[in-house]
Amino acid sequence: MWDYTDKVKDHFLNPRNVGELEGANAIGESGSLNCGDALKLFLKVNENERIVDATFMTFGCASAVASSSALTEIIKGMTLDDAAKLTNDDISDYLGGLPKAKMHCSVMGQSALKKAIADYRGVQILAKPGNLVCECFEVTDLEIIDVVKANGITTTEIVTDYLKAGGGCGQCLDRIEEILESVKAEGKV
Amino acid sequence: MRIIYTDNNATTKVADEVLEEMLPYFGELYGNPSSMHTFGDQVDKKMKQARQRVADFINADPDEIIFTSCGTESDNSAIYSAINAYPEKKHIITSNVEHPAVNKFYQQLQKTKGYEVTFVPVDKKGLLDLDLLYNSISDNTAIISLMWANNETGVMFPIEEIAKKANEKGVLFHTDAIQAAGKIPIDVKKAGIDMLSLSGHKIHAPKGIGVLYVKQGFKFSPLLIGGHQEKGRRGGTENTVSIIGLGKACELARENLTIVNTKVRKLRDYLQTRLLEKIPGSSVNGDLELRLPNTLSIGFDAVEGESILLMLDREGICASSGSACTSGSLEPSHVLMAMKVPFKSAHGSIRFSLSHYNTKEEMDIIITALVPVIQKLRDMSPFWKDGKVI
Repeated sequence: MWDYTDKVKDHFLNPRNVGELEGANAIGESGSLNCGDALKLFLKVNENERIVDATFMTFGCASAVASSSALTEIIKGMTLDDAAKLTNDDISDYLGGLPKAKMHCSVMGQSALKKAIADYRGVQILAKPGNLVCECFEVTDLEIIDVVKANGITTTEIVTDYLKAGGGCGQCLDRIEEILESVKAEGKV
Repeated sequence: MRIIYTDNNATTKVADEVLEEMLPYFGELYGNPSSMHTFGDQVDKKMKQARQRVADFINADPDEIIFTSCGTESDNSAIYSAINAYPEKKHIITSNVEHPAVNKFYQQLQKTKGYEVTFVPVDKKGLLDLDLLYNSISDNTAIISLMWANNETGVMFPIEEIAKKANEKGVLFHTDAIQAAGKIPIDVKKAGIDMLSLSGHKIHAPKGIGVLYVKQGFKFSPLLIGGHQEKGRRGGTENTVSIIGLGKACELARENLTIVNTKVRKLRDYLQTRLLEKIPGSSVNGDLELRLPNTLSIGFDAVEGESILLMLDREGICASSGSACTSGSLEPSHVLMAMKVPFKSAHGSIRFSLSHYNTKEEMDIIITALVPVIQKLRDMSPFWKDGKVI
């Protein structure tokens, strides 16, 4: 059984802010049915670009639900500029930590938030930047590089924990290893 | 909290009768069965009785029974022994829904020893592609290893028919009967099986004891090299207590075979019918007929398995799931993926596996608990709206 904190359990069993939000003016989606977890985030943003309400709908495991619930609690009352600075670690920290293999749940929260903010500002995120590395979970090299640098990751297993990349068929693990090596060579980790 | 245990394909309760049989050998009867004194010899006598009971359970001779530490050791030993017996043969056959004890070992042989492996696929019902299996057998095949029944879905392979075909073609045949044991009759002689694995803790004996049946005449090579125990086929002082427990468990399993196929099957069918009726967007994984009488693998659209299990856990209900999130891997179970179960229900698949200790009252509690759990998760799911998947 996973070692979930009491806070994760609480947010899973009593999730805050569940459901569609009437009058939402920003929506962000991350994940998919195939991936095994997905989050749809609804925001109501006022004229001062402050998030006055936030709700979510999530398909996924306990930590995915808890991360979504935590995310909505954290961002309520924030300005979009502040919300844009939120990291997946902020979500994980709010919950008193997540098991390593579940870190991708917090990444999913951060990603949905980014998309909701882009949605509000009318910025179109057309395609993911970079080249596709993991076909199973549609992860690009630039995403991997970002997460590796931000979290000081040194092994492919931890890349999988954060992004799921390499956790499916495993064919891209060598490529992820190469990316890790190149980031290391830059001296960023 | 009262526990409702419906995870018997994971492990089972040690039967009271089994525990009772073992207790003296934990205590005053601690002798080594190999010793040259009466004190040790009385343990040896009791162990002989256990070996006879295990042999009777599968219609083998006592000399054909090797006690191991677990099902995994039995599976590994069988395959290891086969490739040692036929070093010139470099092709091995299995299915793509096996337990890791076989699957991972085959993969390693493929990767590190250059073996050609045929992973025979299954169809949507989890049934084996027999034509492909038979056509893949050649003079170069060292072993065919197939599970008798699948741990996740309960789907059974036609092991007797396959063993016959393997015999005709002169290829060694091993079956992992760990889930089948105690649920269907097993007769190794009639079926013509060369090697067969059993595990104690799946049939109400303790954990840490397994069996490998090896047909007389086969040149077996031990995995554990050491003393003369198990006629030199498995070194190491015997786990006397568990062997004695397993003997009793095999005796009970023979007696309970009818109950499992009547009472337990009825309970499983009742649970299945009611859940399908009460929960829209639910479907059974695996063939409905060629299936163990105790197993129900059922998928619920647009919800995820770990969440279901954790909510059931709060009600004291123990089940398991084929979902990725419970296992630490990211893909849903390799068995459900091999059967091409759609993602929408694969992630939300739950396995209930019953035993003769379960009651109808318990099934009703599960049904009553599960309906609101699925509802709550679907209310939260972005993929469920107006009673269906979106």
